[in-house]
Amino acid sequence: MENKDTKEKLLREFAPQLEKTSSATLIWILFLLGVIGWGVYAFITQVTQGHIVTGMRDNVVWGIYIVNFIFFMGMSYAGAIVSGTLHLFRTEWRKPIIRMAEYLAIISLLIGPGYILLCIGRLDRLYYLALFGRIQSPITWDVIAISTDIFGCLIFLYLSILRDIASLRDFSELKIPAWRKKIYSVLALGYTGTPEQEQRLRRATDIMATMVIAIAIIVYSVLAWIFSVTLQPGWHSTIFGPYFVIAAVYSGTAVLIIAMWVFRKVYHLELHITRKHFVAMGVVMVVLAALFGYFTFSDYLTKWYGSEKNDESLIKILFTEYYWPFIFSNYIGVLIPLLVVGIPKLRTITNISLSAIVVIVALWFNRYLIVIPTLESPYLPIQDSRPEWANYSGTWVEFALMAAGVALFCLLYTLASKFVPVMNVSEMSETPKTESPQIFKAEESLL
Amino acid sequence: MSVEDTNDNKKNSRRQFLKNGLIAGAGVVAGGSLLASYVDKSVPASGEKVKVLTTEGELVEVDKAQIHSPRVSIKESHNGIPGRKFVMVIDLAKCKNARKCVESCQKGHHLPKSQEFMKVYLLQDSEKSAPYWFPKPCFHCDNPLCVSVCPVGATFKRSDGIVLIDNERCIGCKFCMTGCPYSTRVFAWKDYPEFAEDKEPYSPEASSPGKEGTVAKCDFCPDLVRIGKLPYCAQNCPMGVIYFGDIDEDTVTNGSETLRFSELIRDRSGYRYLEVLGTRPSVYYLPPVERQFPVERGFNDLEESVKNRFKTTPYGKTHKL
Repeated sequence: MENKDTKEKLLREFAPQLEKTSSATLIWILFLLGVIGWGVYAFITQVTQGHIVTGMRDNVVWGIYIVNFIFFMGMSYAGAIVSGTLHLFRTEWRKPIIRMAEYLAIISLLIGPGYILLCIGRLDRLYYLALFGRIQSPITWDVIAISTDIFGCLIFLYLSILRDIASLRDFSELKIPAWRKKIYSVLALGYTGTPEQEQRLRRATDIMATMVIAIAIIVYSVLAWIFSVTLQPGWHSTIFGPYFVIAAVYSGTAVLIIAMWVFRKVYHLELHITRKHFVAMGVVMVVLAALFGYFTFSDYLTKWYGSEKNDESLIKILFTEYYWPFIFSNYIGVLIPLLVVGIPKLRTITNISLSAIVVIVALWFNRYLIVIPTLESPYLPIQDSRPEWANYSGTWVEFALMAAGVALFCLLYTLASKFVPVMNVSEMSETPKTESPQIFKAEESLL
Repeated sequence: MSVEDTNDNKKNSRRQFLKNGLIAGAGVVAGGSLLASYVDKSVPASGEKVKVLTTEGELVEVDKAQIHSPRVSIKESHNGIPGRKFVMVIDLAKCKNARKCVESCQKGHHLPKSQEFMKVYLLQDSEKSAPYWFPKPCFHCDNPLCVSVCPVGATFKRSDGIVLIDNERCIGCKFCMTGCPYSTRVFAWKDYPEFAEDKEPYSPEASSPGKEGTVAKCDFCPDLVRIGKLPYCAQNCPMGVIYFGDIDEDTVTNGSETLRFSELIRDRSGYRYLEVLGTRPSVYYLPPVERQFPVERGFNDLEESVKNRFKTTPYGKTHKL
């Protein structure tokens, strides 16, 4: 049951987040809009002059765009899996951070698919995917999977913010314009918190939490299959499905830690998001780091040990031209969180957040190394005197659009936090249930 | 319709039989078209006459050089030429990298220099094995991954074995390009001026005019085959490296010599490139044994930019190209 007093107290505390926009935030938003504007200009350049303005050519036909696609989609699945799992297990420490995970799921899911659109040569024919769609094509699987995922995540997010929207509607002290109040009252769907409503909402949220976990796994596997169904050395791998899912949740967990760190600082949530939460998420990250390292090792070990000629040349490229990105993404990106969270002394909020940044960058490069070197080492050797056709390097257009995507992500996150608090007020005002003592103890001993 | 219908007053040599067999095939598909659209008077007459069958069932004699194929519509291009299964045999022993296949193909398909449907590689299978020139068209696989992965059916496999692309349908996702293990497909990264040189309506059989933001590739020139001509590459190879024909008819020709496909493959140990991938190509290679030219001949009269392509190959490194 919700505790009315606690809720009022929390709402009063978070009200300024929704009521006021500081000048610093305003500058931040303007800056983000500026970056997005740069991206729009880059996009117009690409549309008017053709894909020749990108670094992509006939050998490396997919570049940074597809890397960002994988990356953003990965963040989304992480958000879905983390929030879904924490919800289903009724993990007590989820309450202040689960909203951020839900936002992460939906916001990155709205941006990710945009990057695959940037790879498409004829956007004017995009509707052909629906008109002439062929179910044999993994792209069609992806279209179906991603649109299902968007719906699933939107419903899940809506269900989990419904109670907070109703609380905001009923919270008379909130000083916001009437039109915003109106939005809350429409979106609250007449929820008043009767026991029947509460029970229904809980059941629906549970179902959707289960669904988004399942959908997320399917969608990310489908994304992996886009690569592994081809015959390209380096992609034609059976473990790509689970490998991508693990890598996704790993990178997304790191993004979530950064989100926690930023919102904690900006909205002064030190009382609610404590070291305990960082350590808990850190432990999740470490488990995923180990799994990710294991999958990476398995994939490259088998390619290297009994190597075919083309695997051999791919491994050679990875250990020569791409030496540092390779070491960084697949060694440092795994070991840093293991050390930081593994050694109790190093387990501070700052350290965990810093290692999360390392993980994010490492995982971005991990995807880059999956996509680009493979395309640079096809079965028939690339024989081309034009360096830009033999080797890929991103152009300003691609980087501008990458920056615009990150900016849009930050902007939507900022705006979302201005609409409904980044913390689940309703859940936080519930009195903790008595949990199964063993689990509780295990958790406590870790933290 | 038997081949005799079109050839009754020709000497019935095997070669003639085969060459005109292609024309006979064209007559079937052209059903409904007027003969007039098959003759292009602007082309100088060669004097060599062939007989073709009109839709009314009449035999008409026309000049061979003036036969011109009106491009079939996109819809029609989905149907293969009935009763045919095309095959190509490339004799590596004769290739000297003259690049006439590449150039004539680019001219015929109105391609920019940066788009090569036919590519000539300098391959060397291992360190101690001998380098050789390797012309590579599209393999028109019988198990084409490019066709499987296309989300909109823009690339398709026909009954005659040819894999074509409809660039009016293609959305430019490039999935087929990563699907193809032979790096066969090219993308129109911009609107190349060469595309506009072609004033005729687009047909997938001609792969021209090209279109920005779509994928293209070697098409086995079915528009030429319909009028009894060989693909550009086979027509223009000075060495007769490229044989084209019908696997069911068991014949291939390079324009000057016509051979039994099965005997050629048997006697010369023909093989398909990267058979291990299971794509089942329609292109066979004859190994570079008893070569007519040393591999160095391939560097004669090469443009600098083309020559530079081979600098990073094992051969190029050891010979300081």
